[in-house]
Amino acid sequence: MKTTQILIAGFGGQGVLFAGKFLAYKGLVQDKQVSWLPSYGPEMRGGTANCSVILSDTPVGSPIITTPDVLVAMNLPSLQKFVNDVVPGGKIFIDSTLIDAKVERTDVQVFYIPATQIAKDAGFATLSNMVLMGKVMKECGAVSFEGNKETLESFIPAKKANLIDVNCKALQTGYDF
Amino acid sequence: MAERVLMKGNEAIAEAAIRAGCRHYFGYPITPQTEIAAYMAKKMPKIGGVFLQAESEIASINMVYGAAATGCRVMTSSSSPGISLKSEGLSYIAGSDVPALVVNVQRGGPGLGGIQPSQSDYFQATKGGGHGDYRMIVLAPASVQEMASLTIKGFNLADKYRMTSMILADGTIGQMMEPISFEDAEIENYEKPWALTGTNCERKHNIVNSLYLQPDQLEKTNFERYERYKVIEENEPMWEEYMMDDAEICVVAFGIASRVAKNAVVAARAEGIKVGLIRPITLWPFPTKALRAAADKCKAFVSVELNMGQMIEDVRLATECKRPVSLCNRAGGMIPSPEQVLESIRQAQKGE
Repeated sequence: MKTTQILIAGFGGQGVLFAGKFLAYKGLVQDKQVSWLPSYGPEMRGGTANCSVILSDTPVGSPIITTPDVLVAMNLPSLQKFVNDVVPGGKIFIDSTLIDAKVERTDVQVFYIPATQIAKDAGFATLSNMVLMGKVMKECGAVSFEGNKETLESFIPAKKANLIDVNCKALQTGYDF
Repeated sequence: MAERVLMKGNEAIAEAAIRAGCRHYFGYPITPQTEIAAYMAKKMPKIGGVFLQAESEIASINMVYGAAATGCRVMTSSSSPGISLKSEGLSYIAGSDVPALVVNVQRGGPGLGGIQPSQSDYFQATKGGGHGDYRMIVLAPASVQEMASLTIKGFNLADKYRMTSMILADGTIGQMMEPISFEDAEIENYEKPWALTGTNCERKHNIVNSLYLQPDQLEKTNFERYERYKVIEENEPMWEEYMMDDAEICVVAFGIASRVAKNAVVAARAEGIKVGLIRPITLWPFPTKALRAAADKCKAFVSVELNMGQMIEDVRLATECKRPVSLCNRAGGMIPSPEQVLESIRQAQKGE
């Protein structure tokens, strides 16, 4: 009986919604109860975009996350906006290439991952989101790391199927970091 | 179990409508419901259906009116300001007794308002909106699964009673994705001898019209319509009860507000407060009997809404003001937190 509330936040264009969608599909494939809620407001037009993913063994109540168990911050404004909402004992994942700041809270576990740099060095510069998801899956255990390829195949349209392998590589790179 | 797929609430409405036999969609884009039109634009041409983006909301509702008069399953969708524009057509459809499905994925108002989720069209949906004495069956989904199941139910009820069914959703349920399966789709078919399908010179022609210049005739149509409404009020109310068996406090909430309220009920139970939730699924007909029964055993009610307090009036009417009813609300596109609802439950428990 476990519920994990994951909030992913960053700039529009960083793949915030896609990363959340991936986790939601992982949950679906693994027979979890799942909800995925995007921000669709004016913040989508520049500024911060975020999405809320809930993975649970029991039916999901409110899909709106006010106190995340897991925060993935892909830019500084997002970190500043949500850092104090994370539950004590929660986990924060930070793209340290783009975010200079350190988290001052001592009651949460913080992972600094230079995801943007890692992705760039590995030759898939636009996939920092998936590097982070690899690390999130390793540290959170809300969904198992197995079957990433099958999950991606289940929702990526055929004309973009050529991107599946590189997405898997990005996930693995994050997982191994 | 049928296969589970992840879908946005808006897409679930569109897919369910197609499965319910709807082959005519007329709309005009507006956030946060545009995915419905987008889905229809993609799918309808492939299955021999009609997707038409009209020049305005007013045009689209009148296209619905025309198609409905032929007895086919037809729908439109919009969000709050767009529904205001459609209201004239809704009144004409009611006055002509033709079936249609109308979706309102609500956003904050009044005026152009905002694009964030809201429930502030409760009055408009349940008390009228357009002119004249009429009702619409108003269905309030609280999950993506219900976006689909109530769309199918809405078409069935519309045909059964020859009137408009409205899906009253909100931006959150429209935009969110949840797993959904379509196994339960039960399509009911009703004879439509009134429909304008061509006489083949074999029968008297039918007339679909809302103009009656003789007041006694117009009165007669009103009285007959309200006889039908009485049957609906008796037979069709739908609601969900959650932890109501021993409840002393009754939270009333629909749609997305009920999801937040459920979290708060669980948290309040953990504090030892005997609280339950009644979630109206039909807003009209309102589940009056369930509320009246709850008033006999609960000491207080809390109405949780994303507006300035609209459903609370129906809660007071249904409970005949026997118990205090307090309001827990946010407006303008804001959503109350479970903590805010929990605090309202605590206050109700203390009798404040």
